[in-house]
Parts: sequence; C-alpha cells; structure tokens
Amino acid sequence: MKLTGAQILMEVLKEEGVDTIFGFPGGVVIDIYDELAKTDIRHILVRHEQGAVHAADGYARASGRVGVCLVTSGPGATNTVTGIATAYMDSIPIVIFTGQVPTQLIGNDAFQEVDIVGITRPCTKHNYLVKRTEDLARIVKEAFIIAGSGRPGPVLIDLPKDVSNTKIIYKAPKKIELKAYNPTYNPNMKQLHRAVKLIKNAKKPIIFAGGGVVLSKGSKELTELAHKTRTPVTCSLMGLGVFPGTDPLWLGMIGMHGTYRANMCSGECDLIVAVGVRFDDRVTGKTDTFAPNAKIVHIDIDPTSIRKNIPVAVPIVGDCKITLGLLNRLLDKEDLGDLKTKRKKWLDQIDQWKSTKPLAYKQEDIIKPQYVIEKLYELTKGSAIITTEVGQNQMWAAQYYHFKKPNHFITSGGLGCMGFGLPAAIGAQLACPDKLVVDIAGDGSIQMNIQEMATAEQYNLPVKIVILNNQYLGMVRQWQELFYDKRYSGTGMEHAPDFVKLAEAYGALGLRATKPEEVEPVLRKGLSSPKTVIMDFVVEREECVYPMVPAGAPITEMLLA
Amino acid sequence: MTEQKHILSILVDNQPGVLSRIAGLFSGRGYNIESLSVAETIDPLVSRITMVTMADTPVVEQIMKQLHKLINVIKVYELTGSSYVQREMALIKVQARPERRAEILRIVDIFRCKVVDVGQGHYTLEVTGDEGKMDAILNLLKPIGIKEIAKTGIIALFREPK
Ligand SMILES: Cc1ncc(C[n+]2csc(CCOP(=O)(O)OP(=O)(O)O)c2C)c(N)n1
Ligand SMILES: [Mg+2]
Repeated sequence: MKLTGAQILMEVLKEEGVDTIFGFPGGVVIDIYDELAKTDIRHILVRHEQGAVHAADGYARASGRVGVCLVTSGPGATNTVTGIATAYMDSIPIVIFTGQVPTQLIGNDAFQEVDIVGITRPCTKHNYLVKRTEDLARIVKEAFIIAGSGRPGPVLIDLPKDVSNTKIIYKAPKKIELKAYNPTYNPNMKQLHRAVKLIKNAKKPIIFAGGGVVLSKGSKELTELAHKTRTPVTCSLMGLGVFPGTDPLWLGMIGMHGTYRANMCSGECDLIVAVGVRFDDRVTGKTDTFAPNAKIVHIDIDPTSIRKNIPVAVPIVGDCKITLGLLNRLLDKEDLGDLKTKRKKWLDQIDQWKSTKPLAYKQEDIIKPQYVIEKLYELTKGSAIITTEVGQNQMWAAQYYHFKKPNHFITSGGLGCMGFGLPAAIGAQLACPDKLVVDIAGDGSIQMNIQEMATAEQYNLPVKIVILNNQYLGMVRQWQELFYDKRYSGTGMEHAPDFVKLAEAYGALGLRATKPEEVEPVLRKGLSSPKTVIMDFVVEREECVYPMVPAGAPITEMLLA
Repeated sequence: MTEQKHILSILVDNQPGVLSRIAGLFSGRGYNIESLSVAETIDPLVSRITMVTMADTPVVEQIMKQLHKLINVIKVYELTGSSYVQREMALIKVQARPERRAEILRIVDIFRCKVVDVGQGHYTLEVTGDEGKMDAILNLLKPIGIKEIAKTGIIALFREPK
C-alpha cells in the first residue's frame, strides 16, 4: 500500500487511539491537516499554540491519557515552548507534532525555519526530527511509548514537509524496541522490607504524596496504606486529591503555603514515607533544616528524584501504585499492634496544631477570595475538576477546595505558568464532557491566554472561569508587601478589561459579584449555566496567602495571618 | 564533600544530536566536563563517550542517573574506583632550537614518543600515555617552549579479570 507521510501519521494516530488533537495550522502542515480532516479524529482549533499545548496537557491530566497537539514550523513551534516546559516540569504525557521546512532546506534559514528540536531538548523527555518517511511510523510509536511510560513527559516530533508528503510503500512497524529505555516498575523487595520495618517502628510517621501517585493511578493503594497504618497524610501541590481532603488523617498541603499542621509535622515526625514526590524547594524550604528528626523512605519511578535534594534512608525505585500495593501486602503480614493507642499522642498533637492554627480568614464587607473558593467547594460538593492559573488564586484553590479524588486538581506546579488554567480547562472539559470544569483564575493570569475563550465558544465547552479579581499581580504584590516595604513596583493591574463585557463579546455569559452576599447567587447562576461563563469576583485587593514560609527559610517557620 | 576526578564511560546511540543532549545536560545542570572523547564502537550503531568530570560523590551519582535517563544513552559506567586502563594522546609542537634538539630527542626516547613532524624551528611530538606520563612530559617540555598542543582527552576501558 502506497501512503504519504501524512496518511501514515493518521494510521498510527488511530492505532494509538488518539481521538482529539489540539492544533493550529500553517504552510508546512497543510498536508497533515488535509488528511486529518478525512479521519474521525476531532481537531480543536485553538487561538494560540501555547493554548494547544496547555489544552493537550489538561486533557492528559484529566483523562490519564496522552494528549496530542499539532502546529506549524517557526513561530508555531516556538509558541509551544512554554506549554512544553509546563508539561515537562509536571511530568505530563503529551506528544507535540511540529511542522518543519523540507529536509533539503533545513539549515538554510528558510522561511519559518527554526531548530525546534534544539530549542526543546532541555524541556522534553525526548524529541525527534524525522528525516525519512520510512522512519515516521516507528518514531511516532516510540514517542507515545516514551511519553506515557515510566516518569511521563512531553515528546516532540519535528516533521519536515517532504516527510509528510512523500509517498512510500507502507508496512506497519513490527514490535517497537527501545533497547536503552526500560523504566523500573517493580521495586527491590529488600528495600521494601526495610521500609516495612521503619513503618512498624515509627512513633510519629507521616505519608507525603505527590504527582507521581496521580500519574501511576495509585490513590487507592495510598489511602489503604494510610488507613492500615493510621498514618496522617500530606501532599505536595501536585498530589492534591490522591488522599481525600475530608479524611480525619488529612493534614492539608505541605510547603511554602502549606497548612500549619502539615509543616509542623515535617519538623516533628520520625518517619516520612514519601511517594511520587521530588522534594522541590517550595516543599522543603531550607533543605538542611528539613525534617531533622525523620528517616525518609522515598518511592519514585525516577531514580534521579531520589537523593537529589534530600538524604534518604530507604530509596525505592518503582512505580508508585505497584510499590504501594506490595508494601500493603507486606504490612498485612505484620502485627502492627494497637494503632489507636500507639498513634494517639501523635494524632492529638496534630489536632492541637489544627485547632490552634487553622486556615482562616474573616469575611467582612469586601469579598474575601478564600470565601469564594469555600462557596465554590460547597456548591460543587468538592467534585468539580478545578484548573488554576498561577499566584494567590492557585494557592487559595489548593487550600480551600478539599479535593476528594485524583485528576481533579489541574495546576501548573513545577513551572508555575500563568495562562495555564483556561486552555487546560478546555482540554479537561473535552476529556470529561460530563464533568463540571472550573478555572480558578487571577485577573492577571487570565489575560495571558484569554483568547482561548473563542475556542471554548467554538466547541460549546461550558467551562466556568472564576476570577479572583484583586487588580494586582497578587502573589508578587504579597512578596512586595512582606519583604519589600510595600513597594508595589510593576504589580498594579487596574487597567483590566471589563470581564463581564469581555465574556459577552466572546458570546459567553459574564457575571460579577462585588459584595459578599452576591457571591453565592453569582456562583449558582454561573455554575448552572450551560454556557461558557466568566464570573468576576471583585475581592479584597491586599489579601495575603497564609501561612507563608519565606523563600529559603525552614519550613516550620511560617508567617501566619 | 570533596570533589574528585571521575572517569565515565557512556555508550550511546550513534545518532546526530546525542552529544548535544549530553553536553546540554551538563551545562543545564551545572556539571563540569574536564574532557570528552567520542567515537564509534565496533557496532556502528553505538558510540562510546569517555568523559572526565570533577564532582563529589552525590553529584556523580546524580550525573550517572541523569545520563541514564536520556533515551539515547545505552549504558553508563564509572571507571574510577575499579581496575581500568586509560590513555590519552597528545600532539605537542615544541620549539626546537639547534642547541635543544638533542635534549628533546632524549625526552622523546625516554617517554617512548614519536617525532611526527620536523620543521625549521620546531618538532611535533606524538605522545601516548596515562595522565601521569602526560603531566611529566609536559613539565619537561615547558621550559624548552611549547608552541601548541592538541589532546584527545582520556579514553579508558575496564581491565578484564586475569
Ligand atoms: C508566565 C508568568 N509570568 C510571570 C509569573 C510570575 N508571577 C507569579 S504569580 C504572579 C501574579 C499573578 O497575578 P494574578 O493572575 O492576578 O493572580 P493573583 O496572585 O493576583 O491571584 C506573577 C506575575 C509567572 N508565574 N508566570
Ligand atoms: Mg490578581
């Protein structure tokens, strides 16, 4: 059978079960677009290539599948870089196809030529330039394997125009072999036995879970471990949802804006069972004072995450779900004693921290952003898919929306990329059409990819945008308030558009609340609308996120409200 | 923690861009490269990179893991600490004024190197050896006057059990 590269690409995408592609066309990918239109694969035309990557990313995070995008060469390709870096930092599986000038022009500074493979080398898990149509099918298959397995991540494939339109006799590739790539899924049992021993003997243990548990779909096993051993659980920002936010053993998030009790636990505990985390500086604070009394068991599929920032007593390389499952089976065989009495002192101490220093704010005359999130949580019964922008809005979402399940909190953790929330919400809504998807946004961030409102409208996606409008780049302003004597240099955002009118201009519904008593009615009306909705909450301008650990300070030294 | 010299032997896919991935990893993460040598192995699909880096133990552990994570890296060995042979080759252009020629040739003889080019005012020497020998000959030639030098960087292999 003679097929063009573009046709071969469609064959492979269908084999990989791709149902949605986020993209934006251009000269060198017209051949591919021409073939794409002949398939059942749904193409979502974004309004900016960064939006395409974030949308594919949101799609991947909500569905647990590989997200796919397609863009043209040159500016199309460079526009994807921020999105790719975002996915890379959070280990999200996506495959990005970029068009490239014909192979014979590569290196000649041809029109819209850019070395996107060179540019994205440090922010992709792997990338390819396809030089011959004969290699295309194999490379695409490899890309999907690499993106979705081990520690997932973005993989980019650069497709020169002649590779797409050359016809060859196509033979589907046989089994794909990646001789040097085999992630370790099964843990070393000796290390697991050592972990069991530490868990058995610990008096003040905590479990610390992160995005790796989401990615490995290990939430059930993690919850089982916590309950079986009566161990309280904290999460990094990326882990929120892997343990129910309503469970009595829940400590809340740890880190720079973690809860008082979670951060205090890290200082006091004698054991941390860390699962699918990488001990980011936003979690540890000053590393040499982190968890001074604790032995650390660290489970992660990526060996480079272990002992990168923090010394570890028991390193365990393996898939979080598999490893936790095995750990639970080993613990089943152990006599753990009467955990109720054994843990009483530790859990009482935690309760005391919780009751004396809870997350708190006072709702007075002006709407408090925290109040909006709490109401949103109540009205959605904690079951919406929440995406966020970056800044205070993101931290309040993390603190006040008590996630029950994994894959429901979609946020740019590692890169902290403003403009992520709206396109990610679009991707999540496409992956989960029956779910309520809400982007918790700041007035600054939402403007970074606001053009995607048109995408939401075009495909009738009823995503809801909750803007916590403080007319500031609030998180930066907070740092300036606390550490720069309130010199608000470059953080005022008074000149924003009227978001209600803007929503209407896009054909969406726009609502606004300026008083506390309007919050609930606006949320009710907005959330129940079948349309894309922007809800603009005019909030207290100078509210700060607390607790806060100043950058570089020990994690137990928090500024409190 | 003290920094030490580590010799790494890295087998990689013999493809364009692979060296750039490795160099990028080192520059991006702030690791240092003292020397680097690359060539095809007996299997034309595979190249061997021999790299010398200065690092303390946790860092070299992290370097090896990071290298391993690259899809095109097949195997990473650390040679330092086990039994291995290492060689480096240098081409050294020395000033050869008539009154020093005999001395230079004596050094050539002692170090078992070769004169591969002779000119009006210079000799070019080919030297092969381990680091100790390289240092020694350079120390002797420096006072005579070294005009230019090209070195290959270290290459090394494990010794087989006897
Ligand atoms: C693309 C990008 N540029 C700059 C920053 C730095 N930054 C972090 S939070 C923040 C403020 C965000 O303002 P807004 O969206 O209004 O959120 P708020 O903090 O006010 O809730 C900025 C500028 C960033 N994270 N991402
Ligand atoms: Mg703001």
